[in-house]
Amino acid sequence: MLTVDGLEIRQDDFRLTADFTVPTGAIVAVIGPSGAGKSTLLSVISGFFAPVAGQVLWDDRDITKAAPGERPLSIVFQDNNLFPHLTALQNVALGISPSLRLADADKGKVRTALDRVGLQGLEDRKPAALSGGQQSRVTLARVLVRGKPLILLDEPFAALGPALRVEMLDLVAELARAERATVLMVTHNPEDALRIADQTIVVADGVAAAPVPTKELFDNPPDHLRDYLG
Amino acid sequence: MAERAQPLIRLWPGVGAALLVAALTLGTLAAVALRAEGWAGLTGSDWAAVRFTLLQALLSAAISTALAVPVARALARRRFAGRAALITILGAPFILPVIVAVFGLLAVFGRNGLVSHLFETVGLPQIQIYGLHGVVLAHVFFNLPLATRLILQGWSSIPAERFRLAGSLGFTTGDVARVLERPMLKATVPGAFMVIFLICTTSFAVALALGGGPKATTVELAIYQAFRFEFDLASAALLGLLQFAICAVAAAVAMWVQVPEVGGAGLDRTVERWDARGIALRWLDAGLILSAALFLLVPLGMVALDGVRGLPRLPASVGSAAARSVVVALCAAGLTVVLSLALSFAIAAMRGTLAKRMLEGVGYLAISASPLVVGTGLFILIYPYVDPVSIALPITALVNALMSLPFALRILVPAVAQVDRQFGQLADSLSLLGWARIRHLYLPRLRGPVGFAAGLAAALSMGDLGVVALFADPQAATLPLQMYRLMAAYQTEAAAAAGLLLLALSLALFWLFDRGGRINADG
Repeated sequence: MLTVDGLEIRQDDFRLTADFTVPTGAIVAVIGPSGAGKSTLLSVISGFFAPVAGQVLWDDRDITKAAPGERPLSIVFQDNNLFPHLTALQNVALGISPSLRLADADKGKVRTALDRVGLQGLEDRKPAALSGGQQSRVTLARVLVRGKPLILLDEPFAALGPALRVEMLDLVAELARAERATVLMVTHNPEDALRIADQTIVVADGVAAAPVPTKELFDNPPDHLRDYLG
Repeated sequence: MAERAQPLIRLWPGVGAALLVAALTLGTLAAVALRAEGWAGLTGSDWAAVRFTLLQALLSAAISTALAVPVARALARRRFAGRAALITILGAPFILPVIVAVFGLLAVFGRNGLVSHLFETVGLPQIQIYGLHGVVLAHVFFNLPLATRLILQGWSSIPAERFRLAGSLGFTTGDVARVLERPMLKATVPGAFMVIFLICTTSFAVALALGGGPKATTVELAIYQAFRFEFDLASAALLGLLQFAICAVAAAVAMWVQVPEVGGAGLDRTVERWDARGIALRWLDAGLILSAALFLLVPLGMVALDGVRGLPRLPASVGSAAARSVVVALCAAGLTVVLSLALSFAIAAMRGTLAKRMLEGVGYLAISASPLVVGTGLFILIYPYVDPVSIALPITALVNALMSLPFALRILVPAVAQVDRQFGQLADSLSLLGWARIRHLYLPRLRGPVGFAAGLAAALSMGDLGVVALFADPQAATLPLQMYRLMAAYQTEAAAAAGLLLLALSLALFWLFDRGGRINADG
């Protein structure tokens, strides 16, 4: 269970507060106008940006001060998720060992993960030799081998075409449910939220609201969300 | 940012490198200072050296920038076949061995040179190349291209839309100059002037070859003479302090006027100029570009021509000198890369702005240190224990690495920052810290910049005729020193061949490293 307790984020004259919990295994969309602080909220949860007040807890353990790599989560950014000079296999293997020293069992794990995302046979390709969708799959394979209970996605498929984006969303949902992982996904597209997210957090007017069931939210949106949806 | 384990492996080598640089610059200066015997010891000829140093630097900087403005303007507003090649060649003097350029200039402007012969046939007196003229001529040869590139960069930084707007408003060339170009020049020219002034104040090899005598001795040359001919350590020490003071003041002024970056980006861009279509302006620009190209290329052509002719007379001593030089250059390049990477990683890993600044400052100390002062200081420090002549080559490599360090830092510090901007968060989220981050992130991503920096360092070291002249064992000269000796002994053909070999080796080393860094690079 992810708990965001009395969180206050400040950056120059930008201010955002958040106070909510996300149950284990839920897939939650984070939606709201650009500049509202969706990505900043993810930055704080993942440890790249320190809040001025409040705590981030995972299963009641305070992780507010932990280093990004030591938190029980994997994050997928909008871009630059893969190192262009490493092969698909190496990029995934980094999720097991940053020094890339792998035991045979670890190599097996990496191969299995690549198989699960549908990339068998492409282990030795570098990102430049993979399509956009395949690159996203490599990133997801790394999320799998890391095996962290929380997955943060910061508009990861925004650069993909509509059909491919839907395909990747379904893959995320499938993998997350199989792993019983909790997912927080920033998106600006209501369809993405409706497709895979049980619940949705609306970030607007300086507040990240507690998650509410996605379908109800879009059936009967509050005013600030209606303005955004148009 | 949340608390992150301090990546110690990225900090301590950089701190060590900074201490080494500080010891080599400030430490040797202190060693020199302890040897000096007060200002009363300065003779009239010492002051003459100071005056000459400042005068020639002032003239070289003024003439280089004054000529560079019209040449850069011509390059900025004309498109022609070979333009990109010419601009690339303008960057070449930076890695051109000084002694090779001096040889080429002598072949054109010297007593038996092309221009003298031309003058003779029309009954004009010979030109006198030795002395102030020659020193300034050589400095202009080296720095006119640099100034042209710096100022051309200023022109490229004016957005093309402004020239389009000027065209739509019917601006004349004069209007464009007043409204668009003069403000840019005001921001660019002082910086270019100061860089060249600073470079020329540490002139040694040019003064050694073309100056000399009581009227044309720079402080660096005076240090060499006091050391080499009179073995007057106290006098050399005092001159060393003077040289450091001159460099430090010039470097401080250079930082104050904001020196433009010597980058290559955007130089191959031309903008359509509606104001400069007149036939007279076209001829003017063509003449300027042609003159600049000839001034640059003819001396180098003479080196190639005479060199090929002299090849059969290449003495065996040149071959062994070349081998020594290559080894020294490779060591210097390796050392430059290790020191500058260590400093760049530490600068990127430091959190306090002050600490960052201090490390950067130490890196740039090398700009105001003169190689001969460092050499003199090292001599004073080591001669009680070791015969300095026996370790002349390692010292040369060390001092060469120190001299290349500021350039390498200019390349690598921004490159490391760029890698961190692009991949830092991803690496942090994967706990890619410490050595793993260096090995799997920095080194692969920095191959291009590291290759470029190593190429510059290798070429600069290959062509350096500085500290090696202080200690050199007659039996173990480097190639530039050997070439200088051949020239001094009037073995012109052998010197030409050695010059061609030196030029080829310098360019080859640069090319190999630079190429090696870029080949098979991933996006």
